[in-house]
Amino acid sequence: MLGSGIIRGMIETGRNFVGSYFVKDRLTTVQYPEEKLAPQENARTIPFLVYDGDDAAAGLRCTACTICEQECPPKCIYIIKDKAKKPDFVGKMQLFPAVFDIDISVCMSCGICAEVCPFESIKMDQVFTLSSDTRFGSLLLHKEQLAKSNDYFRKIHPTDATAIDAERAETKSKAEAKARAAAAAPAAPAVPAAPTKAVTP
Amino acid sequence: MSNLDQVFVTLLHWVVGLVPASLQPWVSTLVIILAIMTVFGTCFALTTILERKILGRMQNRYGPNRVGPCGLFQPVADGIKMLTKEDIVPFSSDQVVHFLAPLVLTIPIWLAFAVIPFGRNMTAIDLNAGLLFFFAIGSASELAVFMAGWAGQNKYSLLGAMRAVAQMISYEVPLVLAAVPVVMLAGSLSLNDIVQAQSGYIAGGLPRWNVLTPWGLAAFIMFLIAATAESNRSPFDLPEGESEIIAGYLTEYSGFKYALFFLGEYMGLFAITSLAVTLFLGGWHAPLPVLEWLPSWFWFGLKFSALIFGFIWIRATLPRLRLDQMLSLAWKFLVPLALLNLLAAAVWHWSGQCRLFPGSMAVRWLVCAAILVFPGIRLGRSLNGLSATPRQYRYAK
Amino acid sequence: MPSDITFYLLAALTLAGAVAAMSLRNIVHCVLCAAGAFAGLAGIYLQLNAEFVGVAQLLVYVGAVAILLVFTILLTHGADVKLGSALISSGWKTGLAISALVLVCLVVPVLTSPGLRHEAASGVVAPMMQKIGEQLMGQCVLPLETTGLLLTAALLGAVVIAMNDKTAAGPKTGVPPNHEAGKEPGLR
Repeated sequence: MLGSGIIRGMIETGRNFVGSYFVKDRLTTVQYPEEKLAPQENARTIPFLVYDGDDAAAGLRCTACTICEQECPPKCIYIIKDKAKKPDFVGKMQLFPAVFDIDISVCMSCGICAEVCPFESIKMDQVFTLSSDTRFGSLLLHKEQLAKSNDYFRKIHPTDATAIDAERAETKSKAEAKARAAAAAPAAPAVPAAPTKAVTP
Repeated sequence: MSNLDQVFVTLLHWVVGLVPASLQPWVSTLVIILAIMTVFGTCFALTTILERKILGRMQNRYGPNRVGPCGLFQPVADGIKMLTKEDIVPFSSDQVVHFLAPLVLTIPIWLAFAVIPFGRNMTAIDLNAGLLFFFAIGSASELAVFMAGWAGQNKYSLLGAMRAVAQMISYEVPLVLAAVPVVMLAGSLSLNDIVQAQSGYIAGGLPRWNVLTPWGLAAFIMFLIAATAESNRSPFDLPEGESEIIAGYLTEYSGFKYALFFLGEYMGLFAITSLAVTLFLGGWHAPLPVLEWLPSWFWFGLKFSALIFGFIWIRATLPRLRLDQMLSLAWKFLVPLALLNLLAAAVWHWSGQCRLFPGSMAVRWLVCAAILVFPGIRLGRSLNGLSATPRQYRYAK
Repeated sequence: MPSDITFYLLAALTLAGAVAAMSLRNIVHCVLCAAGAFAGLAGIYLQLNAEFVGVAQLLVYVGAVAILLVFTILLTHGADVKLGSALISSGWKTGLAISALVLVCLVVPVLTSPGLRHEAASGVVAPMMQKIGEQLMGQCVLPLETTGLLLTAALLGAVVIAMNDKTAAGPKTGVPPNHEAGKEPGLR
């Protein structure tokens, strides 16, 4: 029929119009900034440093091995090791950074630093409201600004965080078992002392 | 309730009575001008925001909803933006013509509101040739489109202007031809008389509006199509197609002059819609006898708003027509159909004067509809490139 | 008298438009001033209460003839042609004589016509529309139909000329789909 296409089109748009008031699912607009979409789990913007527990200084996982500084393609990480040492989650004394700066105007969000870190201490964050209104300085983040807790890490990357936490818990329990075994072993007769020493890794 | 109906007329008389007799015609004219400009100016502002919101809802999204409650102050923001933009006039453009074009567009369209009956006794000027005046004024604004395109002195604006003028003069023919049966049956060119001829009710229920007759319905649809094309609205907005010819004849305009063009276009739309309401939808008459207690200007406003909503709905639905499709629609479909409509209206009028047998109304309807529908379908099919007869296959059985 | 003032204004507009249409250098400006002169003339008709003529003048001259002039100029590249350097041509004395003769031929019959002798009864504005319609369809139906025939002939001539151009260039579109056997009618 002549004009049937127009009529069908108008029915469709009419249905859209009326439906948009009653069926809320039709309007898929996310009215930023009042409503925000949660980022995907593997979204990444800039790196951050993970610390365990509540104290950012004591629980910082980073041991200043500078692998991330060397692997970073645009060289945006700057690390200065501290002279002292602090214990890590197993109890072993490790170095820690005195200065850990990332220039986020240079960072290109490649995630290589997070991939290569052997201590699971630098991970990719998801914040994107990073623009500043001062010309110098605000885009250079220091260790205090970069350090965020493990709870935060678990919130933004649940899969990774739970896996890492499980692994660290296992390592910790093995280390504790070994420590208890080492503490219990000297109570045994001192004759086989040399072979036991050679066996411990 | 005639007090509410005539409230504006009594208000006008009171204001005019406040001044001495020698100034009274001037003050009366001035008050009417101010009233029309205020009402239709507000209408323009409301239409810009409501169009965007309705288009949004039809496209499953919100319209503008940041400025003011539900975004209703958006026209204020738009106005401030338009006024504070730099008025760039290109160095090589024709300065005088560039300046005059928005004025030549807007002023005749404001003049066109002078002859429309907005309610009972609410026509600004009751001309004997009111309808003809309206069409004459509308055709004067086409020159402004050409002036705007010419003033840019570049190929794109000129091309856009030529296409716009070609479109507008092509669609003036069906516009006027669609209005001619109305004049034929009302017996007068005066818009007040045309509204008066649509008063009263048939068989106690149905109003005597022109749209409820076969020729009236066809003429109404043709008038609306031609009106959409005359106001350069989607789906006929090729002249100002933003994605195709930059802005066509509006390329060299910015700031307040662009706002004037915008205003002129919407005012043209309002004027033609008011005319459509007057000619076909019975003007300010109520649809049913029980509803006559509502004021006449309210009915006018309601029908007007319904038609504007219809225009916005069509804009949300249909894609843009190409120029050759537009022109073939005008010349090959609308003009023959409008001429046939004249015949149908004449048959209706003649057969109305000889009521012979009961059920003659149905016969009249059938005959007039047949005059319109069958040629209409043939013309429409030929327009699509479809053959007038069903498709003949050469090799398939 | 206010009507005198409006008459002088409209007459000034008409004359200024006509003079500008003759003497401006840019031909598109000339056309626009001519449109202004037409509008002034329409105003004069309206002031004389000749509603139909005034409005028809607007509709036909400003709305159609001016646009026709514009199209003609643009399609024949008249806008590119530089007008001659002298504003007043060399044969201006002959031109003045001929235009004076034409003026006399127009003005004398108008001034001596019997129609001007009767002072029209002002205040009674008869419904002119119906009278004009009745006259057109009654007494003047022969000139009306002849004019219609003339216009149709002109239209057909224009179509024939345009079609000749098209067939000279080669048929591209316009062939009815019935004749395109084997081609899908939907494609254009």
